[in-house]
Parts: sequence; structure tokens; C-alpha cells
Amino acid sequence: MKAAALALFLALTSACAFAGAPKPAIKIENPGQCIAPAEEMRKNHMEMLHHQRDRTMRQGIRGEKASLNECINCHASKTTGSVLGKEGFCQECHSYAAVKLDCWDCHQPKAGHAKAAGVKP
Amino acid sequence: MNEPQDKSRRALMGKAVTAAAVAGAGMGVAAIAPGLHLIEVAGAAPRTAGEAASNTVRWGMLIDSTKCAKDCNACVTACNTENGLVEPIKDARQGSQWIRKIDLKDPKNGREHSLPMMCQHCANPPCVDVCPTGASMKRADGIVLVDRHICIGCRYCMMACPYKARSFVHQPLTTQNPEVPRGIGCVESCTFCVQRVDKGLKPACVEACPEGAMTFGDLNDPNSAIAQRIAREATTQVRADLKLNLGVRYQGI
Repeated sequence: MKAAALALFLALTSACAFAGAPKPAIKIENPGQCIAPAEEMRKNHMEMLHHQRDRTMRQGIRGEKASLNECINCHASKTTGSVLGKEGFCQECHSYAAVKLDCWDCHQPKAGHAKAAGVKP
Repeated sequence: MNEPQDKSRRALMGKAVTAAAVAGAGMGVAAIAPGLHLIEVAGAAPRTAGEAASNTVRWGMLIDSTKCAKDCNACVTACNTENGLVEPIKDARQGSQWIRKIDLKDPKNGREHSLPMMCQHCANPPCVDVCPTGASMKRADGIVLVDRHICIGCRYCMMACPYKARSFVHQPLTTQNPEVPRGIGCVESCTFCVQRVDKGLKPACVEACPEGAMTFGDLNDPNSAIAQRIAREATTQVRADLKLNLGVRYQGI
């Protein structure tokens, strides 16, 4: 009886682990054009952005390879214009992984948001 | 004209242009050919990608308050537009002011004048001294900034600033300029439009001033327009007694 219960338990758990787990529905608007292969980006994008932000903010280095604005320009949804929202590139995966995103408290999450180009051309 | 001659002519022209540019660079005007001048758009060329801000440069501003009209708010409007300070604020007292106009009157003789006041970009900034996290910082080229990534919003810098130059963001924002991130819970102030300066442009307020009362440039470059005027004319630092060595200087106050 015990053995049968254990077998049933294992069968159920393994079925859940291998078949039932949902994956985040990420919509990639411009596939294949990122600054690094997808595997590397998935693993290291936070490190890239973290080091870049410090160099740009504190040392004034512009034009770095990793840039949050470039992430947004490329990955913003073509329907909502944003990387947030239900199918938003950033939010979808971060919600799935339960990792809080606080970039957007300050940064503009929409691509093509009107840039102020000064008062005179 | 055959090919070798053309090449040598180009090389000669190239040398002449370089020599003329070196001669003219000091005046803020580059001679690109005899009789033809290219007036530089800003105080210095934009830095190339990957190049850090250098301490050979010290950005500064000279404001001639004798030219500043009392009822003119163009610099404030331009700043708000450029830096995205446009969202309606629930409590008007909490609105951010990166630059504000001040009207002064000497009660003894009735002399009135007006001037814009903003972060003075001190060489020895009290806001940087007091910041408990290192968020308040001075960049190598003298621009005093808040690193919002590590600002905890304690507002100690606001207390320390003698010029009341800093503001605190009290409510969530959604209409930031992509190049000017700003948001709730952080202190902020004038950045000399760092996003424009890094591209070789002038700050928005300087560009907007209809009277040309504001001059922006490199205080360390003896040939820059601002350094030459400071060397020739009487200029004032507000509360010079604090010995903060300000990047913003005034005339006529």
C-alpha cells in the first residue's frame, strides 16, 4: 500500500514538474537583433545594466553597448508601446519569476515617448 | 585635374583647415575656409561614446541679471519641458523646481531686479558632504547630480543646500523624458541638462533665454566665452562667504 502511494505521488509530482508548469508568454518584437545571445541576456541583463548605469551616471560615459533606453526601443510592445503591461517584455517575465521591477519608478517604459529636444531646433 | 594632384590639393586643404580651426577655436568660432566661419553650437564638442567626463572641464554658467526681465519665465518653462517637469501635482507646494525666478528689491533705494536661481553646481557641494548613501555626487566635470539608484529620499541634502535648489518627488510619475529619468521618493535638482551637455548642446534654459542673459561654458578653458567674461567683468557668487566655489555666477546683483 505504501509503495503504491509513493508511486502515485512520484507520478503526480513528476507529471507536474515536466509537463504542467506554465512558461511566461514573452513576445519578442524584434527577434535576433539583441546585443548578446538570448541565453546570455536572460542570465546577465541585470548585471549589464547595473554596471552600465553606474558608469553612465557617475562617470558620464555615454553610448554604452548596454542601455535601458535601447532595451525599451527594441522590446516595447508594438500594440501598447510599453515594456510593461500584460504582454510587456519586461513585466511578463518578472511577474513570472516574482522579481520586483523598480526601474520604471523613474525610467520611461514607453518607446517613442516624446523626447524634449530643447526649445529651439 | 588628374588624381595625384587632386590628392595633394586635398591634403593641403586639410592642413589649412586644421590650422585655421586651431587658430579660431579659441574664439568659439572655427574658420573652415578663409572668410567662412562655423560658429560652434556649444561650449565644447560632444564626448565620444565610451569617454568619461573629464576634470579638465568645469561646466559653469554666467547669468546677467541686468538683462533678466521681471515677468519673463522662459528659462523655467524650457527647463520644465526639457526635463519632463510637466505632470500636474496634487499639492502645488510639492512641485519640483529645478530653476525658479526670484524678484529682488532693495528697500533702501527701491532698485528691483530679477534672476533665475537653481543648483549652483558648487565645487565643494554641501549636499554631497551630507549625503548618507553617496547618491548626491559631483561628476568629474563639476556637474552636481543625484544618483537616484541609491538615493533613499532622506532629504538631508535639501536641508544642507544654501540655495534651496533641490526638490523631492512626492508622487508617482509617468511622463518622464526617456533621457531624464526621475521618480517618486528621490531628491532632484538642476543637472545643467547633462543629457544635452554630453551631446555638445547647451542647457535648455540658456538656449531659451530671449535676452541672451545666460552664458554656459567651460570655466577651465581660458578661451571660452564664459571664462573670458569672468576674467574681464565683475561677477558675483551668491553667498560667496560660504566658500563653496560656485559654478553659477551672476552679474548685476
